[in-house]
Amino acid sequence: MTDPAMRDTANQWAIETRGMSRRFGDFVAVDQLDLCIPYKTIYGFLGPNGCGKSTSMRLITGLLTPSAGDIRVLGMEIPAQAELLRRRLGYMTQKFSLYDDLTVQENLRFMAQIYNLDSRSVKQLIDSQLSRYQLNERKTRLAGSLSGGQRQRLALAAATLHQPELLILDEPTSAVDPENRRDFWEKLFDLCDGGTTILVSTHYMDEAERCHGLAIMESGVKRADGAPAQLMRELGARVVEIDGENLRLLKQQLGELPEVVSTAQQGTHLRVLIKESIEDPERWLREVHPQLVHDRQIHAVRPSLEDVFVHCTGSHASSGGARQ
Amino acid sequence: MNALSQSLQRIGAIIFKELRQLIRDRPTFGMVVMVPLIQLLLFGFAINTNVRDLPVGLVDLSHTQTARALVSDLGATQVVRFTQTYQTPALAEEAIRRGHVHAVLVIPEDFGQRLQDQRAIAQWLIDGSDTMVGNALLALQQMPFASGFEAQPSSRKNTFEVALFFNPERRSAINIVPGLVAIVLTMTMVMFTSAALVRERERGNLELLITTPVRSSEIMIGKIVPYVFVGLIQMTIILGLGHVIFAVPINGRLDQLVLGVFAFISASLTLGLLVSTIAKTQLQAMQLTVFLLIPSILLSGFMFPYEGMPEAAQWIAEALPATHFIRMVRAIVLRGATLEDLQPDLWWLIGFTVIGVIAAASRFKKRLD
Ligand SMILES: Nc1ncnc2c1ncn2[C@@H]1O[C@H](COP(=O)(O)OP(=O)(O)O)[C@@H](O)[C@H]1O
Ligand SMILES: [Mg+2]
Repeated sequence: MTDPAMRDTANQWAIETRGMSRRFGDFVAVDQLDLCIPYKTIYGFLGPNGCGKSTSMRLITGLLTPSAGDIRVLGMEIPAQAELLRRRLGYMTQKFSLYDDLTVQENLRFMAQIYNLDSRSVKQLIDSQLSRYQLNERKTRLAGSLSGGQRQRLALAAATLHQPELLILDEPTSAVDPENRRDFWEKLFDLCDGGTTILVSTHYMDEAERCHGLAIMESGVKRADGAPAQLMRELGARVVEIDGENLRLLKQQLGELPEVVSTAQQGTHLRVLIKESIEDPERWLREVHPQLVHDRQIHAVRPSLEDVFVHCTGSHASSGGARQ
Repeated sequence: MNALSQSLQRIGAIIFKELRQLIRDRPTFGMVVMVPLIQLLLFGFAINTNVRDLPVGLVDLSHTQTARALVSDLGATQVVRFTQTYQTPALAEEAIRRGHVHAVLVIPEDFGQRLQDQRAIAQWLIDGSDTMVGNALLALQQMPFASGFEAQPSSRKNTFEVALFFNPERRSAINIVPGLVAIVLTMTMVMFTSAALVRERERGNLELLITTPVRSSEIMIGKIVPYVFVGLIQMTIILGLGHVIFAVPINGRLDQLVLGVFAFISASLTLGLLVSTIAKTQLQAMQLTVFLLIPSILLSGFMFPYEGMPEAAQWIAEALPATHFIRMVRAIVLRGATLEDLQPDLWWLIGFTVIGVIAAASRFKKRLD
């Protein structure tokens, strides 16, 4: 059943998938996904809504049965050995899934009992989780009455209560303000330093950039993967920013050029991705299309993750680029 | 006018949206058709106060040809059907208490003499706990009977003497109150559990719960047990108040009663659990509950005697936990029967629970697909 190549690498990767696919009727939600996620790293799924992030995570946790492909998590065959994985896995669902009508403390106690944690040390454990996740003052409040950030910290406290080796977080920060998001990521790095492997999905570029490794997904397909820095370095396109008046018109005119991958207005300048085959985009613009860029400033800039994302998703993906 | 037509357009939009949603919600749409259809059939089956073929017993101490003629005349009325014979009236009373027969005809040794003397010729021992059954038998009291050898034409008032057991005043509360335990428990037990799993699924709790080490069967048992206590409290309220306010006697042993109720609560909760593995939303769970509740009220013997129903309806009734429990609770509370007397019903409830929990746990996969 298992791919022989996968058996050899059984203990090298925390999560390894080969050709992982999932169909719902005729619709392919996850298509031939190959992943190799190392231990003790934070790995991100970056992609728009509906690209198959949650479905992939459910396949990896064994909540969904794959239509095709092999999945190995912490050395276990999934879904066959999914029950064995349970104790070693912490999962934070996209939608808050603790009990709204239990208090913070009651929710944590419930989860501790479900995981059969040693009852003598549970009280101490819960207290330390409460203070680590700044929930001490809210411990007798009903979970349903918490703010987005507090719920998210509670969900993380519950998911890490049994000290799982693998933590899967499905868009954990989507209902959270930027301040809380930053704190949340500090917690994730603490956990990672403690030896936890973390798989997290997001549609925020800044969050994706914090991950050790990243898979960019679109319509169930992995468009690119690698470390964010590497992805930016190997973008396969050059980025320039153009200043000046009348950027809407310029955007439209540039968009029609076959060499231009994408354009995006950012305040007072236009960010333009140009194909890698153009060695020096500024000179190319000034020489080939002087009428468009005369009396405008042009700067070559370092590619951002957003550029990578734009470059390998949408209609641009099919026109070549960092597709792997 | 313009404002009116705008208003009509908005109303129209809502009407069509509502219809579209109704049609897409298959189970609900099914209910629209099934509820009136099934209810009509059930009522048609059940509302039949014309009781026929009641199983009754016979104690014939006279052993005469005339007595056999009397038995055959009674059978010809089609109200009763003699299914058992007993050697002594004491054995007959015991059979009534156990619920084997609803009534026994005792033909005394001096049957012939009584026939001559224009006295009542025989005695009916009747289980009065079901008033409708009791009434059907009481109607036989004045059935004319003559052997053909009498000196003068019959002038006796009653052909039979009657001893009404368990409910001599023929009060309907005596019959209704214990049965109500079954109806109320069916309603609340099925409703609570049917919503229990569906609620977790709707609120998203289930996705987290099934990634933990908890087993399907553990979730099922954990969902059932709390409601056992709810059910016992409800039974205590109904029978306690029934005793105080309506003077319903509690003739049986309390421990037997609690055990019987326990078996029924378990079966009802299991039924609810099965519903919750089928229903996708809380509304669907509620509809399925009502769907099960109505036959439990109409066919279980709570409102109409089981014996009056056609065979098809009796088959449906046998499948419902409420039917078995109503037999049990009336027997224990009113006739002082023991669970030993009621073994078939008790085993049926236990079997239903065990099979139901297994079915629910296997229907409920720790998967999302
Ligand atoms: N149970 C399901 N049945 C049918 N389609 C589904 C189901 N779950 C997900 N999908 C579809 O699969 C696609 C991917 O969904 P999902 O994995 O939730 O995306 P993401 O988490 O990236 O937003 C979506 O188009 C969604 O509609
Ligand atoms: Mg999702």
